[in-house]
Amino acid sequence: MNHSFISGNEAFAHGVMLASPAVISAYPITPQTTVVECLSQMVADGVLDSEFIYVESEHSAMSCAMGASSTGVRTFTATSSQGLLYMAECLPYAAGGRFPIVMMNANRSVALPWNIYGDQRDSLSQLDCGWIQAYAQDAQESLDLALMSYRIAERRDVSTPFMVNLDGFHLTHTYEVVDIPDREQADEFLPPYSTENRIDFDTPRNLCFSAGPDHNTAFKLSEHAGISRSRKAVAETEEEFLAVFGRRYTGLTEEYMCADAEFILITLGSISGLCRDVVCSLRKSGVKAGLLRLRYMRPFPAEEISRTVAGAKSVCVLEKDISFGFAGTVFINVCAALQNAGICVPTLNKIGGLGGRDITEEDIRDAFGDMAEGKTGIGFIGMGGSGV
Amino acid sequence: MIRPTARNITEDEYFFGHKACAGCGGSLAVRIALKVLGERAVAVLPAGCMSAVGFNFPQLCFANNAMISTFAGTASMMTGVEAGLRARGERDYQIVGFAGDGGTADIGIQALSGAIDRNDDMIYICYDNEAYMNTGTQKSSLTPFGASTTTTPVGGKIRGNVSGKKNMFEIVAAHGIPYAATANVGYIEDYMMKVRKASEIRGMKYIHVLAPCPTGWGIRPEEMIEYARMATDCGLWPLAEYDGGEFRLSRGMGDPSILRNYIKGQKRFRHLSDQDIGHIESMRDARWEKIGGSWKVPGRDRP
Repeated sequence: MNHSFISGNEAFAHGVMLASPAVISAYPITPQTTVVECLSQMVADGVLDSEFIYVESEHSAMSCAMGASSTGVRTFTATSSQGLLYMAECLPYAAGGRFPIVMMNANRSVALPWNIYGDQRDSLSQLDCGWIQAYAQDAQESLDLALMSYRIAERRDVSTPFMVNLDGFHLTHTYEVVDIPDREQADEFLPPYSTENRIDFDTPRNLCFSAGPDHNTAFKLSEHAGISRSRKAVAETEEEFLAVFGRRYTGLTEEYMCADAEFILITLGSISGLCRDVVCSLRKSGVKAGLLRLRYMRPFPAEEISRTVAGAKSVCVLEKDISFGFAGTVFINVCAALQNAGICVPTLNKIGGLGGRDITEEDIRDAFGDMAEGKTGIGFIGMGGSGV
Repeated sequence: MIRPTARNITEDEYFFGHKACAGCGGSLAVRIALKVLGERAVAVLPAGCMSAVGFNFPQLCFANNAMISTFAGTASMMTGVEAGLRARGERDYQIVGFAGDGGTADIGIQALSGAIDRNDDMIYICYDNEAYMNTGTQKSSLTPFGASTTTTPVGGKIRGNVSGKKNMFEIVAAHGIPYAATANVGYIEDYMMKVRKASEIRGMKYIHVLAPCPTGWGIRPEEMIEYARMATDCGLWPLAEYDGGEFRLSRGMGDPSILRNYIKGQKRFRHLSDQDIGHIESMRDARWEKIGGSWKVPGRDRP
């Protein structure tokens, strides 16, 4: 293991290198570029033995990754924003084909207006496409998720593609000290990919076929069962990860001071660090604040959320996203989970960070203040509390 | 190269039990190419007639490895399959794509261009039935001038397709591809020879095979081969190769006068006037003038 001062993208690239995908296909887009530049350099230097395919679009990046995955080899691609949306047709295709492709998405705003900075409207718009979705909070977790994502996605009981999300610029381009594992450790943790869902010259296969009304539901149920089983796979993989690398992760969510919390902020991604600082400071002044970080959006941590907020007086979801005409996508999911669990707690939705707008410590304090005042509904941070 | 013929081609079948229409030119193009390429061919087909008729679970009609690609992603999915098989240490395989005219010249042209640019080692076959036949005969950019389709209908103001056929063969050749050819299911041994030749060249190969669709063209199923041949014989679909940077005509024009029979026999052209047909003839003649001036022609040493 060595300590390196690298960016989130570079950390992720090192994780991918340790996973040694046989085929990488990628098309450049800010702020994803440095992860594929880093991998290209590794291939050019001979430290990574991958086929690097220079495709002509994100749609082709994912089509190519699916073609490679259909031969039973490990694959990787990365994208962001408009690129993710351009390849959107391929996302349910990969999930339906049960191809355990790993993709890094650098979370970025979606046009119009054009904007290259971070928010999470790109990936959250693709929640329903059948992919596992994780959100990293720092560079170390980014690297670790690169390794864990393959272990989870490639399990035969899961066989589901995996999207790891890094907040654009805030995480992709921020430098931190990261432990880069040794090759031996990585190999011990991550076995070679093996599957029967592949092109086979002894027993030829017809893949990616049609299934009419009689059979379609059975395939979709199987897909749902696969991604649902990834809950257990995440827990087991993190145990294995702890045993090899000594770093502990906490499943689909991460709690901070939630046990006795009256006011719980729910969020995801890199803003969690600042939220944790605010919770810590509020605790010092006697406010029973807590933070629940969602590490995964699919499978959705419905049980974890319900269990954690069951005793709270109020809950606020802070997210860099809006599903126009209703509310934030994370908020909608959280509310559905609470309703299903029969938990009746006031819920507040704070929409912030759109197009990279800063979310300040004060904004987060205000969220806790609003919870204490019993406010509910939706508010756009920095817009005079307007929620329409 | 052993020239494949109707006599020496394998009796093994790789594409059968499908539900293509009677007299389908596209299914013949797929079936024959796979017989030439053999059991280690991996077929990639986008949305379109051949995937619609051949991949309906549990009735899966390919005896070799085959998969449906995204509509726009035939060539890029082929690239992934090729890279994956190479990475897993396989040898002696052929990646072959079969995409229709819309899948090739419209929605798939970007991925095709990218694959030619990378010079990936595979064969891309466009089976051209001159419209989106799977969805019920809508115009593609390979629909010929004058043809009536459901999106270029004959009306009081506009009478059929007003644009011409995109020249995919020369567009592909302009990339500097190692090998490209035009072919015709009506001249099946020429097609087989071109598929075999493509299989023996490394890098990207493109074969554009005319594959009439009786349903969409308005001819009888038993007339499919006859009309396929007429298209080439009357000069509308020249058979040629682009090989080593040179264009070479595979056969000369047969009888230019049969163009009128070719047009008048098809329901999709039934509305065309003599003047319209004259326009088609003049476009053909201009094309042949260009061919005569720059392509190698059989029986002539120099253009």
